[in-house]
Amino acid sequence: MNIQTLASEIPEQGEQSLEGIDFITSGDQYLTFLLSQEQYCIDILCVEEIRSWENPTKIPNAPDYVKGVINMRGVIVPIIDLRQKFNIGEAIYSETTVVIVLTIESPEATKTIGFVVDAVSDVLNVEQQEIKPAPPFGGCISPHYIDGLVNVGDKVVTLLNVQAMQVIEAHQLN
Amino acid sequence: MSIDLSQFIPSFLEESFEGLELMESSLLNLEAGDNETIHSIFRAAHSIKGGAGTFGFYKVTEFTHLVETLLDEMRDGRREIVQSDVEILLGAVDCIRLLIESARDEKECDDEKIIQTSKLLSQTLHNENTTERSEESIDQNLNSDTSDEAPRHHWNIEFLPEHQLVQTGNDPLLLFNALAELGELSVQANVDNLPPLTDMCAEELYLQWQLTLVSSCSEQEIEEVFEWVEDECQLNISELDTLNKENNNQTPVTIASENQVADSTQFYLQNTTPETPKEIKNSSSKNSSTEKTAAKKVEVSSIRVGVDKVDSLINLVGELVITQSMLSELGNDFNLDKVERLNAGLEQLLQNTKELQESVMRIRMLPISFAFNRFPRLIHDLSKKTGKSIELIIKGEQTELDKTVMEQIGDPLVHLVRNAADHGIETAEVRLANGKPEQGTITLDAYHQGGNIVIEINDDGGGIDRQAVLNKAKEKGIVDANATLTDAQVFDLLFEPGFSTAKEVSDISGRGVGMDVVKRNIQSLGGRIQVESQQGKGSTFRVHLPLTLAILDGQLVRVGREVYIIPLISIVESLQVQNELINRVSGDMVLYRLRDDNVPVLPVYQLFNLPANNTELSNALLVVVEADGQKVGLMVDDLLAQQQVVIKSLKDNYQQVEGISGATILGDGSVAMILDIPGMINIALQKAQYEQKQLEQEVM
Repeated sequence: MNIQTLASEIPEQGEQSLEGIDFITSGDQYLTFLLSQEQYCIDILCVEEIRSWENPTKIPNAPDYVKGVINMRGVIVPIIDLRQKFNIGEAIYSETTVVIVLTIESPEATKTIGFVVDAVSDVLNVEQQEIKPAPPFGGCISPHYIDGLVNVGDKVVTLLNVQAMQVIEAHQLN
Repeated sequence: MSIDLSQFIPSFLEESFEGLELMESSLLNLEAGDNETIHSIFRAAHSIKGGAGTFGFYKVTEFTHLVETLLDEMRDGRREIVQSDVEILLGAVDCIRLLIESARDEKECDDEKIIQTSKLLSQTLHNENTTERSEESIDQNLNSDTSDEAPRHHWNIEFLPEHQLVQTGNDPLLLFNALAELGELSVQANVDNLPPLTDMCAEELYLQWQLTLVSSCSEQEIEEVFEWVEDECQLNISELDTLNKENNNQTPVTIASENQVADSTQFYLQNTTPETPKEIKNSSSKNSSTEKTAAKKVEVSSIRVGVDKVDSLINLVGELVITQSMLSELGNDFNLDKVERLNAGLEQLLQNTKELQESVMRIRMLPISFAFNRFPRLIHDLSKKTGKSIELIIKGEQTELDKTVMEQIGDPLVHLVRNAADHGIETAEVRLANGKPEQGTITLDAYHQGGNIVIEINDDGGGIDRQAVLNKAKEKGIVDANATLTDAQVFDLLFEPGFSTAKEVSDISGRGVGMDVVKRNIQSLGGRIQVESQQGKGSTFRVHLPLTLAILDGQLVRVGREVYIIPLISIVESLQVQNELINRVSGDMVLYRLRDDNVPVLPVYQLFNLPANNTELSNALLVVVEADGQKVGLMVDDLLAQQQVVIKSLKDNYQQVEGISGATILGDGSVAMILDIPGMINIALQKAQYEQKQLEQEVM
C-alpha cells in the first residue's frame, strides 16, 4: 500500500471557504466625531476603543493639550485633547465628552493614544474617489494633519491623517 | 516526504555557539594535565561536528574533524599541551564560528583564514609525535578523494537498530551518508522483521541493514560514525578476507545514488507522525544538558529555564487559583463573622503573589558573568596583538541583570574594554619608566547602586590626556576656541561623533567610530556613562544601567492632587523641615542643613508646575534623595504608603519625560509616575539657567 496516496486523501486543515460571507460594505470605513460643531473622521481600523472621559494622571511639564495618562487594562495610554491641539472650540469635559483610543502604526513605532473629542457620531463608508483634497490655506489645523475632505449630504467632513497624529511635540520646560 | 530538519537548525546553532564559547573559555584556562577540561573541549567539538553533519554543514564537519583529532591526541596523552597548540585551537574556534555563521546566514565566508588555520592544524598534526592514524584521517579529510596508498579493507557491517532508534532523533540515512564518505558503500535493507501493517507503530523502526564498505579506514572510524547510536543498536563490524566481494550473493545497492537509500528509509519516514519532531527535540536537549553538567561553566545565548523552576511556577499558580476560588466562595454570601477568614485569605493571596513575582523575576535575571565571560579571551587576544601584558580582574560577576539589558550591553562593553587595552594601558617600557608594574591591569566590576546596576571598566594606564582632548575638540570645532571646560565636560567630548585622540589608528580602535555609538546604546537602554580619569594613573568608565522590567520598591508621596513614587533605594531619609536649619544662599538658593551636609531643596510642585497644598518651606516634608553622589531634598505635601510597583514604560505610547522614569498602576487602577532623581536635578538646573537668562535679558 502506498502511504502517500493515503496521506493525500486526508483533507488539509486551515483552508476555509469564504463563500457565503457577505461583504456588505464597499469602500473604506471611517469613524466620524465632533469637535465643537465641525465633523471629522478617521480610519476606523485604527480605533481601539471609545471610552468616556475620566480624569487622567498629569504628566509633568507636558504641553497643554496632553491631558495625562490613563490605565487601559494595564497599558499606559496618553490622552490628548484634540480640541486644544487643533484650537477648535472650548475644552469642556462633560458627560458626552468621549475619548477615542487609536492604535497608530508607523514604521518607527506603534503607539496607542487616546484623543478627547466632543462626541462620536457615525460610521461613514467612503470610496477613495470621494475624498477631495483640502484647500491648502486657512483654518487652524496644520495641513499635514488633513488627508482630505468628504461630502456627506450638505455637510463636509474632514478626514484626518492618523500617522501625523501620532507625533507629539517634545516637552519644553517653562 | 521527510522530516524537515531545518526546524532544528536554530537549536543546533544555539548549542554550537554555546559549545564554542565553552571551548574558548576552557582553552584559556587549559593547563597541562587537566584532563577534565580537555574532555569537555573535546565533547563540545564532537557535538558540533555531529550536529553539523546532521544538518549538512559539511565544511563545518570537515574542519571540526581536524580540531577534534588534535584534541583527541591531547586527551589520550599522546600529545603534550603546549601554548602554541592552544593558540591554534583558539584560532580554530574562531574559524568554526565563522563557518557556522556563514552556514546560518547562507553566505560565503572568508575562506582564506579557514584554509590557513586548517593548514596550521594539519601541520601540527603531522608533527613528530602524531600517530599514523591521525595523519591518515587528515589526508582523507583534506583530499576528499581517498588516498590510494593506504590498504583498502572490505568491512562487513551488520546494523541492527532497536525499534525506538528514530525516536531519539537518529536517522539511519545520515549514518549511511557518513559511511559513504569513508569509502565505497553498499547497503542492503533487511525487511524480514517487518510486522503486519496493522501492528506497525508509526514511530518505530523495523528495518535492519547489512552494509559493505570498501575503504582504507580503520574500524575505529566506522565505530565513530555509529557513536551516537551505539547504545541503541547492535553493531557487528567484521573485516572480509575475500577480496572478491562480487561473490557475495546479495545484490547491493550502491550508495553513490543517495536516493536509493532514501527509498529504503522512506518507509519509516512516511510513517512518522507529527509527534516525532518533539521527541527529537527533547532528546537532543537532553544530550546537551548532560554535557553541560560535565562542564563547570555554562554560557547561554538564551534563557534556559530549569524544569524545577517551571514546576515551582506551576505550583505557585496552582496555589493562587486555590486562594482565588476560596476568596470568591467567601464573597458569595459574606457576613461579618467571616472577616477573619477573609483576612487570612488575603494574607495568603499576598504571599502567593509575592512568591510568584519572585519566581518570575528570577527567570529573567541572569548573573552578569554571561556578559563578562567573553573578556578573558578578548584580553588574551589584545595583549597578543598589542604586545602589552595585561591582567584582567573580574569582580561582581554574580550581580544579576535583566536578560534584555545584558544582551544589549555586550557590544558597548567590548568597545570600552578594547579601548582600555589599546589606548589606556601603556607599553611595558613606558610603564616601567613611570614606575608602574610591567603588567597592566584592567578591572571589570559590577554592582547594584540605587535602582541601577553599575558596571565599571577601570584601567591603570596612562589616563586621558585632558589637553589633547581639548585641543582636538577645538581643532574640530566641537568647542569654542577659548572655552573653559570642567574635567567632566572635557571627558564627555570623547563621546562626540568622529572623535578620536589616538595618535595612530590601529586595527583595534582609534577610528573614532564607536564611543558615540557606545553612548547612544547605553542611553537607549535608559542608562548613562561617566568617565573619571587621572593622567598617569588610569581611567574609569562607569556605566549606569537601569534594571528594566524590575519591580521597584517605592515610597508614595503626594504633591497637590498627584501621587508620585520615589524609588525607595534612592531615599536617604524623610524629615519634617525645621525652620532654623533653612539657609538661603547665593541669591535665592535654598539649602537645608542635614547634619554636616547642605542639601539643596527642590520643591516638586515647582519643577512640575503643579498646584500644591503647601508652598511654604517651613514645616514642609522633605524627602532627602541621593543620585550620582548628589543629595537633594524633594519637598512634598504628604508621605503615603510604601509599596512594590511594577514599572511601566511611558515611552511606549508617549515619550521620555524628563524627571520621570516610568509609570505604574496603583491598587485603585490609577496611574502614578515614578520619579527619576537625576532627571529632576536636571530640570532644576535647566530652570535655573532659564531664569538666569531671563534675568540677564531684563537687565539688558
